[in-house]
Amino acid sequence: MIQQDLTEPLRERVASACAGKTPVSIRGGNSKSFYGHPCEGEIIDVSPHSGVLEYEPSELVIHARAGTALTDIERLLDQHRQMLAFDPPHFSPKSTLGGAVASGLAGPGRPFTGSVRDSVLGVGLINGSGETLSFGGQVMKNVAGYDVSRLMAGALGTLGLLTDVSLKVLPKPASVYTLQQLCSQQDAILRFSEWMAKPLPLSAACWFDDHLYLRLSGTETGLRQAQHQLGETLLEQAPDWWTSIRDQQHDFFQRQTPLWRLSVPPATPPLSIHGEWLIDWAGGQRWLSSGESAETVRGITASVSGHATLFRNGDGTTGAFHPLPAPLFNLHRRLKQALDPNGIMNPGRMYKGL
Amino acid sequence: MEETADITDRDSFLAGLELPAHCILSEEAELRPYECDGLSAYHQVPWLVLLPETVQQVRSILGYCHQCKVPVVARGAGTGLSGGALPLANGVLLSLARFNNILDIDLANRLARVQPGVRNLAISQAVAQHGLYYAPDPSSQIACSIGGNVAENAGGVHCLKYGLTVHNIAAIELVCMDGELLSIGSRALDSAGYDLLALITGSEGLLGVIVEVTVRLLPVPETAQVLLAAFDSVETAGHAVAKIISAGILPAGLEMMDSLAIRAAEDFVHAGYPNDAEAILLCELDGTRAEVEALISEVHELLTGLGARDVRLAKDDQERRKFWAGRKAAFPAVGRISPDYYCMDGTIPRKHLGKVLSTISQWSSEYDLPVANVFHAGDGNLHPLILYDANKSGELERTEEFGGRILELCISVGGTITGEHGVGMEKINQMCIQFNEDELRQFHAIKKAFDPHGLLNPGKAIPTLARCAEFGRMHVHGGELPFPELERF
Repeated sequence: MIQQDLTEPLRERVASACAGKTPVSIRGGNSKSFYGHPCEGEIIDVSPHSGVLEYEPSELVIHARAGTALTDIERLLDQHRQMLAFDPPHFSPKSTLGGAVASGLAGPGRPFTGSVRDSVLGVGLINGSGETLSFGGQVMKNVAGYDVSRLMAGALGTLGLLTDVSLKVLPKPASVYTLQQLCSQQDAILRFSEWMAKPLPLSAACWFDDHLYLRLSGTETGLRQAQHQLGETLLEQAPDWWTSIRDQQHDFFQRQTPLWRLSVPPATPPLSIHGEWLIDWAGGQRWLSSGESAETVRGITASVSGHATLFRNGDGTTGAFHPLPAPLFNLHRRLKQALDPNGIMNPGRMYKGL
Repeated sequence: MEETADITDRDSFLAGLELPAHCILSEEAELRPYECDGLSAYHQVPWLVLLPETVQQVRSILGYCHQCKVPVVARGAGTGLSGGALPLANGVLLSLARFNNILDIDLANRLARVQPGVRNLAISQAVAQHGLYYAPDPSSQIACSIGGNVAENAGGVHCLKYGLTVHNIAAIELVCMDGELLSIGSRALDSAGYDLLALITGSEGLLGVIVEVTVRLLPVPETAQVLLAAFDSVETAGHAVAKIISAGILPAGLEMMDSLAIRAAEDFVHAGYPNDAEAILLCELDGTRAEVEALISEVHELLTGLGARDVRLAKDDQERRKFWAGRKAAFPAVGRISPDYYCMDGTIPRKHLGKVLSTISQWSSEYDLPVANVFHAGDGNLHPLILYDANKSGELERTEEFGGRILELCISVGGTITGEHGVGMEKINQMCIQFNEDELRQFHAIKKAFDPHGLLNPGKAIPTLARCAEFGRMHVHGGELPFPELERF
């Protein structure tokens, strides 16, 4: 159901915060408040600004207000046998489209069907000066002007408040298989790399507790052929696995020790950091539950060209995101200033001083 | 355009420039070949051409230009179709042509680290032996360079399934206007901080100079097959496209051509197209053998049921390549039947295809200029080619006006003025229609964060507000320009 358009009241609130130079803290479904740093400021709740504005299955595009619940969007897409390509996590049933885009987090399908920003086609935005702007659009190919819309994915609301988003969507595969096999972490990473170089209908690849897990998506005949190619030792497994990993409902994510998200080149061999590991994204995203110091975790991750995010259970003194080299951080600050001259949009949520 | 150069004397500029003599072109005869890119309607002999060979030289050139306030235009292979590499009379043309090495192929992570001057197709050729390829395939892929592809966010005929350049690169090395070298992106699937890689891709050389690109490689599909379907009207063909996609099928390529484009291509490369069709669709499906076989028969049935009068499956790889050769040669084919042509690049939501094409055809008679349409049907990217003769007085002006109206039509149905060729010099006025003042001001603020003095590719891609005000005043006269005898910009 289409609710009232609240763009103008939202804009007025940002404009008055801008005039008073007082910070605002943008909130959707409040399902990811643990992510990044808490930021001071008057809370602007975007969730009442909801509703799908345009959806035509034959165009493979959906355009919805930022406050729309992900579950509502996915239900609608599902009716037309389509889906969000980036497989966003739902840390609560209230997770919104705006929050999913602003956090830039993607599920197990990420290496195969793309990241959040890969799906973004356009956004409506209220910048830190309280101006309503529109970038990109509802078409797949659009190179007019700088790509401000994709820049918003993962910016954690520090560059503006998203009012609406257009996304490319994908047809749902006809069939999905989940396979598992007993395997060490090292062998799993080697096999992922080998399989990723072959034209197989993979849609997720994960390792945990001496087992590797594969998801195959495609036509029934195509999947049978692929299963045969992969070998007889792979057994079928319940499909719930992927949702529990994506939404962090699995037991692995319930520990109280710091949870790190390591993003590394996928073929990187197992890293020697003490702790429990869950490997996703065919090796590219590694979850680590560990009491090791941030220096150790970040030092080792950086040495393999990766970056480490302190995702959950931090002690509040360690920055959530991997520090940036000074020239790059300075550019971030200048960019922030270009969109939010008074520094009022979610200040500090991503980095101190941003 | 702002007058930016403090040093207008070329000799004194050269005296302070640290660069070997063989990297500098300053004679009229040497400069002339650089006067235009792939859009020859605009040309300007550059003040100076520099051809650096190392990243350090690029850094020192930019740092020096920054200090002297001399503007810089970067150029790759010069195949761009929007005048993005059009030189300046008062600035340096920085050619990256000598950066033409593939630096590293990381098979385990399926990445290739290449210099910006490497040709698009050369990457796929270099990794073919490993069963890998680089997916974006602009029609100019034999000649165009990867640095230019990133600057323009180049597309191709396989974008619906495999995305644009932005979806297929992992990292770049960028030299900023002050000479600073930044690493943006990484060999991992994401990086800390803002997604600057997305912002810089397609920024048309206004934010920095790309000196290295790491591209993602994909496994070559087990098999690919292509269907050629002939239709008696473009509307029926457009309807068929919507039906294929609604059926949950994601073709690797889905291309449409209208009768004038079909005949031109057929006469040129003998692709086997039906000369009497009003429209043809090329539908390529790729994947595993079993999958493709099933999909081909599904699409075949769909197309026949939707009124295609002839549906043919390329019987082997040779015929498949022939079908595609016709499409990829459509531009030069049209070039053979007309002294000049003007290629548009609007994108529209596909559902408006019928309306847009019939309006274009009506205007075509009004302006007395024939139009051939080539259409990336899967992603809504339309390439109307307006046929004209630059030697006939007033014809280029009429063509530009007609083209401008087509772009405005694309905006009015919810589309965009450029899908893959970029704004460059060519579509700068239409930017004033697609974006409002606040949005343009936001673009200028972003530009300033990278290049405070506005020295990189000035006058392109993002119009100044003054220019839009001027254009707006002229625009209100319904496309009829006042004082047509005056030179425009």
